[in-house]
Amino acid sequence: MKILETKNITFSYDRKEVLKDINLAVEEADFLGIIGPNGSGKTTLLKMLCRGLKPGQGRVLFKGEDIFKLDTRFVAKNIAMVPQDETIIFPFTVFELVMMGRSPYIDRFSWEKQEDVKIVESAMKLADISRLKDRSIDELSSGERQRVFIARALAQMPKVLLLDEPTSHLDINHQLDILELTKKLNENVKITVVMISHDINLASKYCKRLVLLKNGKIFTEGKAKKVITRKVIKQVYGVDVELIKGKVLL
Amino acid sequence: MNKKYKTYLLSGIILLLVSVMLGIFIGSVAIDPGSALKMLASKIPGIKENISVTWEGSIEDILLKVRIPRVLLALIVGASLSVSGAVFQSLLRNPLADPYLLGVSSGAALGAAIVILTSLPFFFLGIPVVPFSAFAGALLSMFLVYGLAKTKGKLPMHTLLLSGVIINFSFSAVIMLLITISNKGLSEVIVWMMGTLNNTNYELLPYIAPAALILMAVIYMFSNDLNIIAVGEESAVYLGVKTENVKKWLFILNSLLTALAVSISGLIGFVGLIIPHIARMLVGPDHRILIPFSAICGGIFLVLSDTLCRSVISPSEIPTGVVTAILGGPFFLYLLKRKK
Repeated sequence: MKILETKNITFSYDRKEVLKDINLAVEEADFLGIIGPNGSGKTTLLKMLCRGLKPGQGRVLFKGEDIFKLDTRFVAKNIAMVPQDETIIFPFTVFELVMMGRSPYIDRFSWEKQEDVKIVESAMKLADISRLKDRSIDELSSGERQRVFIARALAQMPKVLLLDEPTSHLDINHQLDILELTKKLNENVKITVVMISHDINLASKYCKRLVLLKNGKIFTEGKAKKVITRKVIKQVYGVDVELIKGKVLL
Repeated sequence: MNKKYKTYLLSGIILLLVSVMLGIFIGSVAIDPGSALKMLASKIPGIKENISVTWEGSIEDILLKVRIPRVLLALIVGASLSVSGAVFQSLLRNPLADPYLLGVSSGAALGAAIVILTSLPFFFLGIPVVPFSAFAGALLSMFLVYGLAKTKGKLPMHTLLLSGVIINFSFSAVIMLLITISNKGLSEVIVWMMGTLNNTNYELLPYIAPAALILMAVIYMFSNDLNIIAVGEESAVYLGVKTENVKKWLFILNSLLTALAVSISGLIGFVGLIIPHIARMLVGPDHRILIPFSAICGGIFLVLSDTLCRSVISPSEIPTGVVTAILGGPFFLYLLKRKK
């Protein structure tokens, strides 16, 4: 069943058209990678999947319903986004930040319940940040912060997890940790994942399907084997590469 | 709510009570606590029969007509300015933001200056005009800033701040112009712009105090949303907060709260900037505790500052805003240095 769909979405910043007529369908329990050169519209597309941006034209559907017509808290309970690094000014603790992931579930007039605390603790454990619990967010490295945002998204207990370059600030070991974790959630809990990645090789290793964007259009999509070819890389990125066992070598 | 928060709130409330007592007993006429308490107790039905009058009659007037209303006024103004400062800082994600930066205060000042400097009557049907004109000025500047900042149905923070600064400059210029062409009321305008709790009409207290308390209570209901917006507006959308809506309402409620405080006390600076900082250093940035704690700290700070104002060079007075600035300025610099 299609859990997320875009119908002919178009988006422009001022007059510059960033996305043109994108039709994308994400099946339940899919692990979709969005790749493409800088400025190809990857982040814009991802933001539109979670109400972060409103398309100029077209519609975004969650289980067949327009997400801009759904209740904002309902959307937040179902779709979670891990944005690229945000600057945080006030010294919230890691625990407080991850707890914000519970906010779609917490009533305006009440404090968090024992159940929320449990969920937050297990989200922190999954993202391997339990020991940072009481640290202030401004004392953390950017890699640690990234994992805090991932934990916050997990605390939302979403059906769909959107990740905007989740490994960009991480060491190679944490890159793999995060991708393994995402894979586990995808396989065991059947969370649908849509992930932007700069790293074509990591994307093709972990994603079940890839969408390659060029100049705001879908250039090609499908299994990694079909998408990542010498010819396509040359056409989209303009560089000559060698492929060994499906891996790009420069 | 955890234990740490409860301890802070409780000690805050105790300190607040102590400051209120100090504010009541200290002044150009010192009143000994014993007779003051006796006098107050004598006002309570059921007890008064057991208390013999041992105090001078003037004490009763001083306490009931001057000291107590003034201390309560200081408390309300301090709390209002601190809460609105805390909320503006989080809304704008700028720890240096305060009601003054956003032009709300200068609007109020203009409203007051127009009445003081022109030949408009000070009283209309027995009601003092200045607080109302100040309130109208604050509302006007709020709508102007809001209208200028609004682009494509959104309220981007940088245009909001810039509009505030521009309105501030323009309104201050108009006030200066009024001062130049008018030859009366100059010292009153200046004292008002420095901020004072002295020549206020205490009869307004029964209206201002409940209004301010209600506004603060409504703002408090947005605590969870404010926490999330303080982290980032983008994330707030992903977490299901109706960001634009919440921002709009908080901006309006907060401006009203500022307008209320400014309309009765003039421009008392630094309270809305410093107090939320101190509160955040002590209890952290969670608004569910930060808002009530800022209110308490602001109350303590302004009650004590005002007590200082009227007792240092008594029988004359220093404008309250001067004392808060003298105390607040260096403290602010210390905060900035320490952060680095």
